[in-house]
Amino acid sequence: MTDRIVRVAAGQGFWGDWLEAPVRQVQGGPIDYLMMDYLAEVTMSIMQKQKSRDPKYGYARDFVPLMERILPDLAAKGIRVTSNAGGVNPRACAEAVREVARKLGVSDKVRIALVTGDDILPRLDELLAKGHALTDMDTGRPLADIRDKVLSANAYLGMAPIVEALRQGGQVVITGRVTDTGLTLGPLFHEFGWATDDWDKVAAGTVAGHIIECGAQSSGGNLLRDWRKVKGLANPGFPIVEATADGSFIITKHPNTGGVVSVASVTEQLVYEMGDPHTYITPDGVADFTSIRLRQAGKDRVRVSGIRGREKTAMLKVSIAYFYGYKAVGTLVYSWPDAYDKARAADQILRQRLKDLGLEFEQVLTEYVGVDATHGPLAGKPSPDAPEVQLRVGVRAREKAPVERFTREIAPLVLTGPPSVTGFAVGRPEVQEVVAYWPALIDRREIEPFVKVEVLDA
Amino acid sequence: MPKAARKPARKAPATRLVPLVALAHARSGDKGDTANVGLIALEPAYYPLLVKEVTQARVARHFKGMVKGVDRFELPNLNALNFLLHGALDGGGTISLKTDAQGKVYSTALLRMEIPVPLTLARKVKA
Repeated sequence: MTDRIVRVAAGQGFWGDWLEAPVRQVQGGPIDYLMMDYLAEVTMSIMQKQKSRDPKYGYARDFVPLMERILPDLAAKGIRVTSNAGGVNPRACAEAVREVARKLGVSDKVRIALVTGDDILPRLDELLAKGHALTDMDTGRPLADIRDKVLSANAYLGMAPIVEALRQGGQVVITGRVTDTGLTLGPLFHEFGWATDDWDKVAAGTVAGHIIECGAQSSGGNLLRDWRKVKGLANPGFPIVEATADGSFIITKHPNTGGVVSVASVTEQLVYEMGDPHTYITPDGVADFTSIRLRQAGKDRVRVSGIRGREKTAMLKVSIAYFYGYKAVGTLVYSWPDAYDKARAADQILRQRLKDLGLEFEQVLTEYVGVDATHGPLAGKPSPDAPEVQLRVGVRAREKAPVERFTREIAPLVLTGPPSVTGFAVGRPEVQEVVAYWPALIDRREIEPFVKVEVLDA
Repeated sequence: MPKAARKPARKAPATRLVPLVALAHARSGDKGDTANVGLIALEPAYYPLLVKEVTQARVARHFKGMVKGVDRFELPNLNALNFLLHGALDGGGTISLKTDAQGKVYSTALLRMEIPVPLTLARKVKA
């Protein structure tokens, strides 16, 4: 039979996404897999910092109580989970989930698997010594420039270790830096037994993964077209891929949920974070987004087909995070009359005071929220009748001291600056550490031999 | 002065300026200091017009002072154009101090752009 359907449901689109979504995906209708994406570009550095404080941590900790809620259903229904919640410590994450499974008495049924080998922080100097410059893909600078500031370094792994973990019987597969799309590709290749050099199938699974990796953003959330017509977003149905062995699939959502799955909702997600559409590169292959065919195939059902792909590249992307400096953002609200003029006057005074104090910043950025913060000069002149304008000033410096001093210069403006000012009850701005992102490439032969799959004992 | 019954020297252009928001929807995202805007025709019939009028050069002019360079890609299969707006995010990611550091709403800034639309089509577009 070639018309067997495999259902992969999105449970989390980022670390901090709606906590009810995975529960409703598991309970709201039939699914075979639940994929949960947690990792953004600098997430790994936050996790690395947590791990350095306590070796038990370094992963998305809210994944564990979430699993506690759904493990009984996973056990009863045989639903499998793929997630990169493991961050920089997949083992600790997997062991924590196993503890929960034991507590619930399902650890013999729901086996926990983990994938390691993406973390190259311990190998960084060895790799540099071997001649891998790990040049910044955007700026061309060699990593040596910032080597002493590196906080985390991870290669993006593809689907292969997930396929292997599923083959070995893992029911919850926990990884570190596996690509968002790999979390969907793994289940499809495992279920259909596709050859990993069938590039059109790789591309099809990649597109499926891309469509659901941001959760409800493909099923009515953040949908611009006819946004008023999108109903029921208090209970948004997260997207589900219904895949068939020919590589085509349907995007849908559970019945009795809000949102919408339409050609418009899927198209908006397809173009999200897109580069050259002919060449969408993943560790598993290259997808051509100009080959995708979409068709509305019923209410909340979009058929996706025709996808073409090309051979994978010799390189893997590496995500490096490094310490950059400090920043802070302060805000105040000025009211009618002359709200915008008052906010501008306050900005002038603030800048003069920062200058008089001799504080040096890499950048001071002023925005007027309600006037130009999102569209800049394209927004045109502000209305003289604007009821209020928010002054928003951000500063960034390599040293902490000037940023710290800046945070104490906002509140004084209330009694020493232009009138009709409010909105300072939120307190002094917080000094934030800036961790910057350094994208690089590395020969996959330096990474793949180190990738390991392990299924934990019950 | 009597009205002269003379013909205009040149036929008036049979177009009207229409903002893209009436012709397309859009979504944007980021990669480092580059924002992307995917511009999607509201009707397949509008797509050729977007291809003809929303050129790389015009988008660069629209965002003058806000971006450092523009690339354009065509996706006829999705009735969409994809624009890469380089240097649009003031450093991007965590470095940027902007409210929209990740370019999430750059899409709507592009929808402010106006393009000439043939009157026959412009009459059908909701203004």
